[in-house]
This record gives sequence, C-alpha cells and structure tokens, in this order.
Amino acid sequence: MPNTFELISSVTLGSPSSSIDFTSIPSTFTDLCLQFSIRATNSSSSRAEDTVVLALNNDTTGSNYTVRYIRGSGSGAGSAVATGYAGSYAGEFNGSTSTASTFTSGMIYLPNYTSSNQKSYSIDIVQEANTTTAYMQMHAMLWNGTSAVNRLTFSNYNSNTFATYSTAYLYGVKNA
Amino acid sequence: MPNPTRIEVNCETGEVLEITLTDAEVLQLEAQAAQAEADRIAREAEADALAALKASARAKLVAGQPMTEEEAATIVL
Repeated sequence: MPNTFELISSVTLGSPSSSIDFTSIPSTFTDLCLQFSIRATNSSSSRAEDTVVLALNNDTTGSNYTVRYIRGSGSGAGSAVATGYAGSYAGEFNGSTSTASTFTSGMIYLPNYTSSNQKSYSIDIVQEANTTTAYMQMHAMLWNGTSAVNRLTFSNYNSNTFATYSTAYLYGVKNA
Repeated sequence: MPNPTRIEVNCETGEVLEITLTDAEVLQLEAQAAQAEADRIAREAEADALAALKASARAKLVAGQPMTEEEAATIVL
C-alpha cells in the first residue's frame, strides 16, 4: 500500500459471526478504504450466495441510502438500483453452498468521510467459485448522513453468519 | 442452541469484542431473512421474465415478425 495508507484496524474471524462492526473510527484521515475477504456460512439457510449489507454509523434505514450497481454473473450482465435493505446493499457474497473454501473479495472506498456533506462511496466485489455462476459487482452508493463516519458494519441479510477466516482490513488514507 | 455472536472492533483501542446477540436481535434477523428471501424470489421472477422477453424478441427479429412494445424495449440500440 502507498505510505499514505495506514492500517487502522483489522479482524480475522476465529469463529462464525453475524456481523463485522468497526466502531470509534478516528477522524484523522481523509478517506477510508475497507478491504475484505468474506464468506457466509449456514446458520439459518443454505445458499450459494448471501446478501450482505453495509451500514454507516449504524444507520439501518434503507431509504437513507441510494445504491446503483452493475453485475456480471459469468453468463450475463445487468444493472439495477437496490432498495429496501437495512443499510446499503453491498452485494452477493459466497454462501455456504458455494465452492468450498472460497471467499468473496472486495473493497469499499469512502472518500472525505469526515465531511459535513452527504457521503458517496463505492464497492467492488468478486466471488470466487468453481461454477458457471460467480458474481462480480461494482456499486455507486450515497448515504444522506452529514456527520463524520465513525462506524462501518457489515451484516448478513439472510440471517446467516460470516465464516471463520473471513477478514476485513480498515485503512485510513491521507491526502498528503 | 446459543444465540449467534457479532464481532465489534474498536478502532480507538484495538479491542475486539465477541458479543452474543439478544433474543430481540435474533428475531429481527429472522424477520430480515424472511424479507430477503421474498426479495430474492421477486428478483429472480423479474429476471426470468426479462430473459423470456429477450428470447422472444430475438426470435421474432430473426424471423422478421413484428414485436410487441415490451419485446422491442429489450433491444439495446
């Protein structure tokens, strides 16, 4: 990573967890960059893909987020607007019935996270799978909150858990 | 069966907490999961309908037959 990136915190799950929550994020950087490798495991339902949601500052009101994304599946591609989630729709991640030991990798970039304006951010993810269907998605997101972002929460929208060895690394980026 | 746990990483102190969900939180997650499943079914139905329209539009285009407005809208020009 460039020397303007600084690791704030990281986590590797030692056991399944329903969410990954970074709290008390310092306001001393310019941008945030969250890199992750996540797989869902069955605690409620067996699925090839699990829907993951990202909330900023614990805001779970779906109408406070705007999400537009493009998605390729390996056999087709399309675009859509995502609504109605308890946070912002972050994409379809490897589920419990996806190819064993494979994870979804991705990055969230949140520029000017301390500004008093609404927050625009992006997500790009790619599933790893030895099947004909593996999703790759790129999202343009907007949160209408005007306070500095101090909390980022990944949660599993299908009421499953994130698998052991899932990782998340939160970096702060300075503009100089 | 014990309730699931969630992970909280305090970026200020570096402390990582494993917190057991309350019964109320578990119920909320279950309701959310039911809604997610309903959303998935609706999304798949919409995708299937669009795929059928596209297939029909393509077949009619090749055969030189008139398309409906809906079929024509699936063609990107």
